[in-house]
Amino acid sequence: MWRILRQIARTGIVSEPAPEVTLEPSAEAGRIQQALLQILGRALCIREVDAGSCNGCELELHALNNPYYNLEGLGIKFVASPRHADMLLVTGPVSRHMAEALRRSYEATPEPRLVLAVGDCGCDGGIFGERSAAHCGRVANVIPVDLTVPGCPPPPLEILRAILTAVQRQHQHR
Amino acid sequence: MSMLVALPTPLPIRHGVVDREGWLAVAQDVLAGGGRLVSLWGSSSAGAEGARAAHAAYAFSFESGLAWIELPLAAGEGYPDLAPLFPAAARLQRAARDLDGIQAEGAADTRPWLDHGLWGAEGDAAGALPADYAFVRVQGEGVHEIAVGPVHAGIIEPGHFRFSVVGEKVLRLEERLGYKHKGIARRFTELPALEAHRLAGRVSGDSTVAYAWAYCMALEAAAGCAVPARAAWLRALLLERERVANHLGDLGALGNDAAFALGLAQFARLREDWQRLSMALFGHRFMMDRIVPGGVAVDLDAEGRRRLLAQCDALEPELRQLRHIYDEHAGLQDRFIGTGRVTPQLAAQLGLTGLAGRASAQTWDLRCAPSLPPYDGLNVNMATHRNGDVAARVSVRFDELLESLRLLRLLCLGLPEGPLRAEALSLPAGAARGAGWVEGWRGEVFVALELDAGAIRRCHCHDPSWQNWPVLEHAVIGNIVPDFPLINKSFNLSYAGHDL
Repeated sequence: MWRILRQIARTGIVSEPAPEVTLEPSAEAGRIQQALLQILGRALCIREVDAGSCNGCELELHALNNPYYNLEGLGIKFVASPRHADMLLVTGPVSRHMAEALRRSYEATPEPRLVLAVGDCGCDGGIFGERSAAHCGRVANVIPVDLTVPGCPPPPLEILRAILTAVQRQHQHR
Repeated sequence: MSMLVALPTPLPIRHGVVDREGWLAVAQDVLAGGGRLVSLWGSSSAGAEGARAAHAAYAFSFESGLAWIELPLAAGEGYPDLAPLFPAAARLQRAARDLDGIQAEGAADTRPWLDHGLWGAEGDAAGALPADYAFVRVQGEGVHEIAVGPVHAGIIEPGHFRFSVVGEKVLRLEERLGYKHKGIARRFTELPALEAHRLAGRVSGDSTVAYAWAYCMALEAAAGCAVPARAAWLRALLLERERVANHLGDLGALGNDAAFALGLAQFARLREDWQRLSMALFGHRFMMDRIVPGGVAVDLDAEGRRRLLAQCDALEPELRQLRHIYDEHAGLQDRFIGTGRVTPQLAAQLGLTGLAGRASAQTWDLRCAPSLPPYDGLNVNMATHRNGDVAARVSVRFDELLESLRLLRLLCLGLPEGPLRAEALSLPAGAARGAGWVEGWRGEVFVALELDAGAIRRCHCHDPSWQNWPVLEHAVIGNIVPDFPLINKSFNLSYAGHDL
């Protein structure tokens, strides 16, 4: 036990401040939480759907939960069901085998549902191309997309920035 | 059987064409000699004659390397079934039928595997569902099914698991994969050979270095191009950094799946540190597209080497400390020990490979082969275990991490001077073939490449997950359902690399 306690004490808190979002330059952690509360009345819940990625984007999404980015500290968390989600975060060129599963995940998400297409493949098919016999290309070919996050894969900070931008944009439209 | 022709690869790889009798005779020889089936695939050309072939790759020993056996087939002709000799062949043969239309004669399992019945123009119409799949039903008093996926509950790749359980106990698990299939084999034929390393690096994103290296090794063999020493050393350095990043991630996730959140937080922190230095030194957090045909697209100066060495020095004591914490944690060890056990005998029979294989006494690690620079001069220590349970796979990861840190230091200190890329890599004018074989963090990645007039005719990428997914079905038998995520993570197999 003393080893665990020593490791915790030695590591300290490594979380870094959240990125600034262009729509609201002074956004820091407190403001982000406040904005989320104003818009959603609660924490932001995200359902991730891998619709055919190479798994690179998923690794960066996992990284968002590490102590540096401390996503849950901002009141944002990944949830297990689209029915619990405010936002869908979709990766990959959408394989034909996943297209219907993606559509159903979208339909199961309550309004107002935001959709982020994460990674070059989700934005435009990426290296896998626009469309083929085996995949449908970009996410927007299958469900409506609110914001795209290019990058192969986009680094965690870019994904976090896009999540916050999408939420704030939604807020401004209200 | 005709003579085997050696390909100009750093590891010994030979190619030979056989007839039907030869196809079976080679397989029986390999089995009798204790060798393994590395991969099996088909090829078909769109030409009028519809030329098709069945291909198999076998490994005998480090010294004799790999044999790539090809059986030409007439249109509509089948080939002898290898599944009775090598169980891992069963799904590979089903995939070859789906992708290239070649049929294993008399195969016991004829269900489609990668093809869910949705390919083509109508396949993405709203409401188009994958075809029904005949799962094996377990019957008896109190037996019920739990269906999971394709959309999983976490940030996980899609796939379907069908558990047959009594109470908490798993009687049978059947996997249904192929959800991520996006036509990578065909996509290869649409890309220029000198640019397709980028596609290879996205077959499975967590193994981008291993795939890019294997593809480039295959292309360089086809072109008869030698890689400069400095490039070979930097490739190995990138590969070891990829291994460390993935092992760190897995060890954290394994702690988390046994409800030890501290493990996830600590290892995720170490992994982030690691990826940030990859970004700073090589310009990419996963080092994608850094291995290129003929060499590498990165360099390492004295300052870079100093930072790499400093990071190794900083990580090692943290690793040893966390290993103590894992080893001493009674709750964690209670979940790890004896869970998801694959005996060495079963592992050998089913062809379990890579780090999971080494945790079940399957002593293969291509880095220990005698001829692959720069590993041939580094005396790589293979990490092995005999228990074959989650605890053994955790232990092998810790051992491999520490060994990779040792290798990284040697690679930094011994990095030879010289060019980063071969001066000229000219594609052969006619037909040519090459192969690449690399020990990725998960296991051996194999690429077989056929060129015709400088264009890719067929590029087959093989992930070690093909061998290991069926073994996972065995590993969970008799365990409780809540231990499945833990067992699954201890293998951490690729969906993308398998579904292609």
